[in-house]
Amino acid sequence: MRWLIVGTVPREGFPLYAGPCQVESDRLQLDELTVPIRRGTPALLAAACTAAAVLGVEPPQALLAGDIGRGQGSARIYQHLSSEFDFSSVDLMVFHYLQPDVDWHNRVYTALEEYDPKPLLIADAGFMYVAKMSGFAESYDLFTPDAGEMAFLADETAPHPFYTRGFILQEEERIPELISRAYAHENAARTLLVKGSCDLVASRQGILEKICEPAVEAMEPIGGTGDTLTGLVSALIAARHPVPQACLLAARANRWMGTLANPTPASCVSDLLPSIPDALTRAISDRMS
Amino acid sequence: MFWDKVIGVARNIAGLKAPGGRHPDSRLSDRAILVFEHTSEVIRGETLLKEAGIPVAVKGPPPELRTGCDLVIEFPLTSHLEVSRLLAEARLHPLQVLPLQDLLLEPVSLYHVKDFGDYLMVRAANMKITVDKRDRRIVNISGGGCPDVPYLAESLVGKTLEDAPPPRTLGHTLCGYALQLAYEELVRRCAG
Repeated sequence: MRWLIVGTVPREGFPLYAGPCQVESDRLQLDELTVPIRRGTPALLAAACTAAAVLGVEPPQALLAGDIGRGQGSARIYQHLSSEFDFSSVDLMVFHYLQPDVDWHNRVYTALEEYDPKPLLIADAGFMYVAKMSGFAESYDLFTPDAGEMAFLADETAPHPFYTRGFILQEEERIPELISRAYAHENAARTLLVKGSCDLVASRQGILEKICEPAVEAMEPIGGTGDTLTGLVSALIAARHPVPQACLLAARANRWMGTLANPTPASCVSDLLPSIPDALTRAISDRMS
Repeated sequence: MFWDKVIGVARNIAGLKAPGGRHPDSRLSDRAILVFEHTSEVIRGETLLKEAGIPVAVKGPPPELRTGCDLVIEFPLTSHLEVSRLLAEARLHPLQVLPLQDLLLEPVSLYHVKDFGDYLMVRAANMKITVDKRDRRIVNISGGGCPDVPYLAESLVGKTLEDAPPPRTLGHTLCGYALQLAYEELVRRCAG
């Protein structure tokens, strides 16, 4: 499967980059460009590339730009996608840390809608926010929210997680209610992978899977562990696992990654990445047994 | 496809639903407004923000808004933090900053706190910040979805609460603002 990961690098002046990526120790090599793997889209890409090698699938291509929150890099990516990108060149697209902007989102989506078949669409982070805000959430195949973001999806009036209304409680035990509410208001993708102390895989039909083991409490504060989960599930979908099954395996693999690395809340995600090959193998063998 | 969209927009104008039951244009507004006391502040604010490259527009206030002058500045909601900082530097103080989607919406005010023994994590909305209680060093920042989050994390992680710049001084977006709230709560809990 041909797949593309779209996101940003937290560096001003980083150019628009479209091409291959390669993991080298704790760095990502993008042709001549080098990016440290700490969190965000570089962590997603690193997990995706590593998992692709384990699964024997083609590595992802990357579409990146530098953005530190002013939105210029994101605008360059939106412009590229809406005006000159050939969506028939990919079977799977993963959208990540992009400045949420409804007008830009809709320009990209309108360009994409001309294609039949369309690529599978995964949205995480800022692009998941704008996919919900645009009213096109149900056109996406997978969202990967955490508890706070799940509350945002459940709140039909919230334009950003910052404005999620207080009566929409965000405790983990309330997440099944939030999932139902998000689907009732058509603000969820076809499949949800909700990250938490127990990860949940859900669809409009309800909770499909609940993954609580192995449990590594120290992973929650570590920046980038949600990004690695999105990288893993993307690689599994690229390996042609059905989306719900890919979510189950990715959730298990991400947990195994933490178990094998034995982190503290002060660890960096780059300390965990070397465990991905063993973690993924274990997650797949868990399923076989 | 194009005509589907045209028909969808027409249905929306007429208040009709799409065949699948989905309202064809159910998008939320991603804009916010700045309410000032005087029109002169609106004009100064508009000039300042435009010069900073932020797409703004001066408009009449929504009817339900009864405070301030008869002009407001509309701006992208996500740029809340950068806009607030630019205005504060110019000593312009809006009476209110409101999301256009629903003028009654308020920022999150509930914090989720988790104690990991030597480490304390605070979450506000979608942002988490964790400190080592022994030396008050910020050890991790996670969550969020706007592009300033990885940038803020790289700027703050490894520094103590005393040495780290407050997120509002470096961030630009609502995720940066949520991190500021989590940071303030962490500072409050770690005081003394």
